[in-house]
Amino acid sequence: MRTVDALGKRCPVPVIELSKALPLVEVGDVVEVLADDEAARVDIPVWCRMKGQEYVGAQPRERGTAYLVKRLS
Amino acid sequence: MTFLDHASGAPLHPAARAVLLAAHDEGWADPTRLYGAGRRARLLLDDARARLAAAFDARPDEVHLLPSGTASVRAALAGAVARSRRGSHVVVSAVEHSSVLDAAPSATRVAVSRTGRVSVADVVAAVTPETAVVSLQHANHEVGTVQPVADLVAALPEGVVLHVDACASAGRLPLPRVPLLSASARKWGGPAGVGVLVVRKGTRWRSPAPEGPPNVPAVVAAAAALEAVLATREEEAARQSALVEWVRASIAARVPDTEVVGEPEERLPHVVTFSCLYVDGEALVTELDRRGFAVNSGSSCASRTGHPSHVLEAMGVLTHGNVRVSVGASTTRAEVEAFVDAVVDVVAGVRSRL
Repeated sequence: MRTVDALGKRCPVPVIELSKALPLVEVGDVVEVLADDEAARVDIPVWCRMKGQEYVGAQPRERGTAYLVKRLS
Repeated sequence: MTFLDHASGAPLHPAARAVLLAAHDEGWADPTRLYGAGRRARLLLDDARARLAAAFDARPDEVHLLPSGTASVRAALAGAVARSRRGSHVVVSAVEHSSVLDAAPSATRVAVSRTGRVSVADVVAAVTPETAVVSLQHANHEVGTVQPVADLVAALPEGVVLHVDACASAGRLPLPRVPLLSASARKWGGPAGVGVLVVRKGTRWRSPAPEGPPNVPAVVAAAAALEAVLATREEEAARQSALVEWVRASIAARVPDTEVVGEPEERLPHVVTFSCLYVDGEALVTELDRRGFAVNSGSSCASRTGHPSHVLEAMGVLTHGNVRVSVGASTTRAEVEAFVDAVVDVVAGVRSRL
């Protein structure tokens, strides 16, 4: 699993970094985006819907939240 | 400058400007006083109230005048709760204006669809035996979606008061006939500082606070603006709706990775909202302003609060790169065409630097 550290970065940076990281993993693999910007909670699942990728879920972390996205295509 | 933020507050209607100045000369005095100047102000106020009442298809004593749309909403909810025999519970939609959500912080918030619409069944299901009032907007101020108010009127249990926030739709759409209805003059081209609360006869409601003498010149101008707007409402709504339809189609076709949000058909005639992937909303609004276009954004980075729009969040649509366009009587086809060209260019520019 690849981790993208977008802590401290404001929208839309976490989504931009996710879009750059996902093509670097194999189809079926997961990217974890660490973010503490409030908009990521809405925008990461929406990005998955718009781009046909799978939003796996969110896990609270010591700092921020980890958003998990599986590459489908 | 091309002003495309009429939903925040329209410029003063030309018909209201002359009336406002004249009313400052004639109606400046306290309308509760018994001397000549006070009586003149009283006559102007009574006349303006009667004209507003006619515009809202109400009786003059059903029209309450408050200092803003926000004050109207607060008075509506507090007054309905104060006289309810059921309790103090309030039901709202998740996409109400912040004035409603702030007025009822412990209200049950009913979820909406991807297009921002509540289902009547969901609203009715949220009503409890303690529910005093349900507050539902006529149309959403950010995305334009019209709510199923008429169906809700028929579906609510006896004794639950319905309040409709019509701040975004008054002067734009025919209004529903409901027990409590709020509107704000600045949204229809009247002056700022005039809120209207229509309380239908027989509604269990009492004024939660003394209303005080209103700003007579502003109320007089608000009535003049509303009459002028309603005189051409149907033609203007059709014209503005066609502009919005054109913007919706053009943005969807010409800006890749963009969501045009809200109900495509059952919507306000003058509002369109879209969100562009990978674009910073603040940068977008600032760059469009530099090019001469005034628009609003629901993105967190473009807001005073630093939070993304609760409306976009409740709908589950992109909150960043958001732009709300709202046209008005002065908006031309050439202006919206130039605006779409500017959006295409600005978004491409921002994305090329990623």
